[in-house]
Amino acid sequence: MSWAGAEDTFLSTSLASYLDKKLLVLLRDGRKLLGLLRSFDQFANVVLEGACERVIVGDLYCDIPLGLYVIRGENVVLIGELELGKEELPPHMTLVPEAEIKRAQKAERDATDLKGSMRKRMEFLDFD
Amino acid sequence: MLFFSYFKELVGREVTVELKNDLAIRGTLHSVDQYLNIKLENTRVVDQEKYPHMLSVRNCFIRGSVVRYVQLPPEGVDVELLHDATRREARGG
Repeated sequence: MSWAGAEDTFLSTSLASYLDKKLLVLLRDGRKLLGLLRSFDQFANVVLEGACERVIVGDLYCDIPLGLYVIRGENVVLIGELELGKEELPPHMTLVPEAEIKRAQKAERDATDLKGSMRKRMEFLDFD
Repeated sequence: MLFFSYFKELVGREVTVELKNDLAIRGTLHSVDQYLNIKLENTRVVDQEKYPHMLSVRNCFIRGSVVRYVQLPPEGVDVELLHDATRREARGG
């Protein structure tokens, strides 16, 4: 396989034009990873340097540092180029420490679980 | 290869790509490859409120395997041409 020239890269679907840029990688489980794209292949396996996970719960968010990540392509949904100099998130969202976002995340998870189990118990009522 | 060729014809057009996770993204089709991976430019998410993390994404790469639908501009669809091409392909080239 030969390396495409700069012009080909620009017009192709290859991830080469995203190399060394800060990207947002959306995964199939809904997680959002941020980091610098250092490598990729035809399956969209990617290597992110300085990766962090962006956890968003309601209006709160936190970036949890992860380090160097190799992501298997099948888990990738979308790779987005982050526009430099632009607010990454809407202004009404607040950055909170990791411990707080973990708490919020757990509270949210518990609420969904509760809703699920209540639904299960009420199933005989046959709503929908 | 038919749909690959077809999508190549649509490069430069405005399309909406709906993903299997219900995220719908509208943007200009920049390129497409054999796996039907798609690159979009000037993207905006249809339901912006629900996906705040997508706010500063202007260009993106979408893996072909996660696409549910691609909504095309009506003038971009030549059903007659597609029909003929399908028959040609079925006959073996």
